Amino acid sequence: MSNSSALPSWDVLTKHHVFPVASHDEVARLNFLTHLNVHLSSQILPGVKTAYEKQVKPEIIAQTGKEPSSRHVIREHMLENGYFQMWSALRRNTMEMRHQAARAQVLGQIENIVDKVNQACDNDTNLQLDNAVTIPPNVGSVDIHCQPGCYYQEYFENDVTVAASYDLGLFVTTAGLLGALSDGGGQGIANWLKTQHPDFSPKRILDLGCTVGHNALPLAEHFPNAQVIAVDVARPSLRYAHARAKSLGLTNIQFVQANAEDLSQYTDGSFDLITTSMFLHELSHQSMPKILKNINRLLADGGLNLHLEQPQYAGMDVYQQFIRDWDTYFNNEPYWGPMHELDLKQVFADCGFDPKDMFDVGVVSKVDEKIFGKPKTDGEDYGRSPVWNALGLWKGKNAKLSENAA
Amino acid sequence: MSELKKQLSDAEKVNLAGTKAKGQRPYFLADKQTEQALSVAMTLAMELSVTKERLASLECILVDKGLIAEDELDHYQPSKEEVAKRSLETQAYLARVLRIMQQDKEELEGNDPDMQSVQDELTK
Repeated sequence: MSNSSALPSWDVLTKHHVFPVASHDEVARLNFLTHLNVHLSSQILPGVKTAYEKQVKPEIIAQTGKEPSSRHVIREHMLENGYFQMWSALRRNTMEMRHQAARAQVLGQIENIVDKVNQACDNDTNLQLDNAVTIPPNVGSVDIHCQPGCYYQEYFENDVTVAASYDLGLFVTTAGLLGALSDGGGQGIANWLKTQHPDFSPKRILDLGCTVGHNALPLAEHFPNAQVIAVDVARPSLRYAHARAKSLGLTNIQFVQANAEDLSQYTDGSFDLITTSMFLHELSHQSMPKILKNINRLLADGGLNLHLEQPQYAGMDVYQQFIRDWDTYFNNEPYWGPMHELDLKQVFADCGFDPKDMFDVGVVSKVDEKIFGKPKTDGEDYGRSPVWNALGLWKGKNAKLSENAA
Repeated sequence: MSELKKQLSDAEKVNLAGTKAKGQRPYFLADKQTEQALSVAMTLAMELSVTKERLASLECILVDKGLIAEDELDHYQPSKEEVAKRSLETQAYLARVLRIMQQDKEELEGNDPDMQSVQDELTK
């Protein structure tokens, strides 16, 4: 095998102050799982398409007299297909192995990490916790992406296990394509603003559903004179995020425990930039309108709202829809499918936004190719790629025209 | 919020590392036990890979430093402390290998929601 096909080691990740350390074997374990994920997506997954084309699709046509019209029909039949069953069993199991490996690593040193987080959090106004915040059903009903404890569970006093294991485990499913700080989404937004809107200089930035803050930090870095407010419901994630940001030298970011459905502490029009990264698909039909109405209220005239997501299903080939929908049913992402079939522009319009202000744009993160090499797969890997679809709007600017002109 | 304990025991940490995610686990193979055996095999494959890497690293170091004779490992006798340490490591190792059974037990004991009913709830 030539060097050009070698994957980066987990060990190239940036070791910030609260990042879990890894022994030789822990690194080897994470690298094995990274290779296993890449193998499943690059070597095994193409066979799922073949099984569909050669076995399942003809069966569907024979039974119904027509091509499958929805991803649900395909899923129902594919679940009876042996090749799909094995790929699915391996993929699910690999996700579970990732979580166990990451958690065992973190739990082995959790007291040290908690000590560092406690020190960073002590009397620091950049961390605002609120015990009254409860976990909403869209976060608490199941453990999202099979991460035990989700983003919010604490196993002992001041525990941050779930946050630290999330931070170290992201690499395993993305093979480093998110960069040394797993911040590809935020870097993508920052790069896009830098190249397309160099004059845009927000003073106050709001990031919703920030988890460990990885995608909010590039904004704080790119706009050093701005104040960034990063919001989440999950206490351990926020405490870890705050210590993480502080250790990386960023002080213009405040982590706030709040539910994005209720941001009454902030005044109308008080933010120039409001972002979310891979957040919309973890909401619900009930929470999304409340959050979008809040964004509309909080966004200043001429301000930018940007949501990073995978592309919507509308207009997409049904097999593509089906394979992208795997996570909905089999990786504890129950709202992934329902969100991706929404007419988002209509949902935004119903929440008071002007559809004429809205635009779609592809946002690509810049990953250090000297460390990580070039991306290994062509284009996208069904939710695990560094290329995002961004839905945005310039409030009150009739943005479609201004984006075309850019 | 319920009262949280001050710290975790070693046994609790091993257990928590392998705990299942809330939400019913899908099984894909026709026979559930076959899929569980697959899971065990994949973890063994990982551990074998880790071991091979470790041996490769060790070999590099030993060769580089000229530290031991070629047959020294074959005659090595671990101390009492080393035996005890290896016992704890083996317990954690088995918990990793048999995680799938731990999680099935937790699902049997618990009351997980199924994905469709959660989706119905979230899309009301």
